[in-house]
Amino acid sequence: MSESLTALYVFVLACFIGYYVVWGVTPSLHTPLVALTNAISGIVLVGALLVTGLDEAGWLASGMGFIAVLLASINVFGGFLVTHRMLSMFKKKK
Amino acid sequence: MELTMNQQGAAYLISAVLFIFALKGLTHPATARRGNLFGMLGMAIALAATLLGTEVQDYLLIIMAGSIGAVIGIVVALRIQMTAMPQLVAALHSFVGMAAVLVAIGTFINRAQAGTLNALLMGELSAGVVIGAITFTGSVIAFAKLQGIMSGAPIKFKGQHLLNAAIAAVTVLLAVEFALTGDVWALILMTLLAFALGGTLIIPIGGADMPVIISMLNSYSGWAAAATGFTLHNDLLIIVGALVGFSGAILSYIMCRAMNRSIINVVFGGFGTDSSGGDSAGAVAAEKGVKSASVEDAVYWMEDANKVIIVPGYGMAVAQAQHALKEMMELLEARDVEVKFAIHPVAGRMPGHMNVLLAEADIPYDHVLEMDEINPEFQGADVALVVGANDVVNPAAKEDASSPIYGMPILEAGKANQVYFLKRSMRPGYSGVDNLLFYQDNTSLIFGDAKDTIEGIVGALKGGGH
Repeated sequence: MSESLTALYVFVLACFIGYYVVWGVTPSLHTPLVALTNAISGIVLVGALLVTGLDEAGWLASGMGFIAVLLASINVFGGFLVTHRMLSMFKKKK
Repeated sequence: MELTMNQQGAAYLISAVLFIFALKGLTHPATARRGNLFGMLGMAIALAATLLGTEVQDYLLIIMAGSIGAVIGIVVALRIQMTAMPQLVAALHSFVGMAAVLVAIGTFINRAQAGTLNALLMGELSAGVVIGAITFTGSVIAFAKLQGIMSGAPIKFKGQHLLNAAIAAVTVLLAVEFALTGDVWALILMTLLAFALGGTLIIPIGGADMPVIISMLNSYSGWAAAATGFTLHNDLLIIVGALVGFSGAILSYIMCRAMNRSIINVVFGGFGTDSSGGDSAGAVAAEKGVKSASVEDAVYWMEDANKVIIVPGYGMAVAQAQHALKEMMELLEARDVEVKFAIHPVAGRMPGHMNVLLAEADIPYDHVLEMDEINPEFQGADVALVVGANDVVNPAAKEDASSPIYGMPILEAGKANQVYFLKRSMRPGYSGVDNLLFYQDNTSLIFGDAKDTIEGIVGALKGGGH
């Protein structure tokens, strides 16, 4: 089985996990859900690191990688923090 | 220390599992914060494993860009107003999109240099570029609409759908051409067209459909990450992309169902207006046979009530009335009045918008109920107080088969003994449909800014009522 086909297996199975997990999310937390998924989609940072960190990368690729790392880091740090801020506000009656 | 490929792969697996637990945590407010921590941990592990792997050798640029991004992210996250959350989310979606485009093109440049390009890779790379670019411009437009830089009104012109279809078709052809030949110009043109498509796809969607747009772009950003994963043969990106992609897709579905409209209808419909009418509200109301009431009338009915249900909508967010509502709730509860909040799934500008604003005002989440839970309770409620909501309580959705909102599930506020609407003017809701509830015998409208009105009620309750 080729590497790409394995990747497709992973993708399809992950879609099923996503489907079942997300249906369980309570509607009152839909905004935090969007913020959290936003933060974790900052995982493209991994790709940005691979592009930027390559020793042989030329100036153009490095420059693109630089901007990608910057943008994705805003997502990762901003996303998790703002989710945390929101979730801390959800309280039960004292 | 340098990790081998297998060690790195194992770390990625742990981080994927943590991300799944992170989403799972949002099943209940009590476990949600722990879920977010799992997410952070998963991200930390993934980034550490990447940085310690064999591929990343040059750290200078990464440290510079990463620190700048981290500072911006932290400052924005700490400062952002909760009412501005939809804009922030739109902006963050655009970053994921742009990062995906840059990663794909950067990978192409690096691989071209190393001479390791192939058709499959370039096909996967095209997917990353196109989805990323659409996510980027789509989110930028959504941001502009939410921030008020652009009018929320749908922008429509003749042949619009045909134009979109044409752009999409040419983009796909260019992607095929690029995958087969590696032609750089095909890549550039394809990227530009995809950027254009992101814009032209979003401009015909009206402001009231923002919850669907936000969810859709959330989904796109996930698919963009997944496509990047295929390009880089990175299973973690594929898993996370699929999770996020499905999360956004499910939210879009839930939002559409709550409006009884199909996703096709939302995307191509151009529903709703954004007119800012300023007619003398009272006069129009009287002409139409609508009763207007004073703050004192509302207080009279509420202070001795057994149960008051508050229906917040986007107008509450605009007026920033949530804190005043919390004060009102406490004063009423001190008089043994049961106070509950009723939330329609599409109230506000993003999924769950109202819940966050009420949470911000310290209103306990067990007072805040979803449509299906609260609807049976309106019957026994003395007062329904509608604060800046309109279409979501319009009985036309049930009774008038010719109405554009017919079939949309609504909050049955009209079944309460007394209904008070806090409104700025008589202009209809975003659907442009007249609200039948206004003409019901037990309904009165209180004109003015929602926050001022609630503060008026709070003042009267403090003064001992009547």
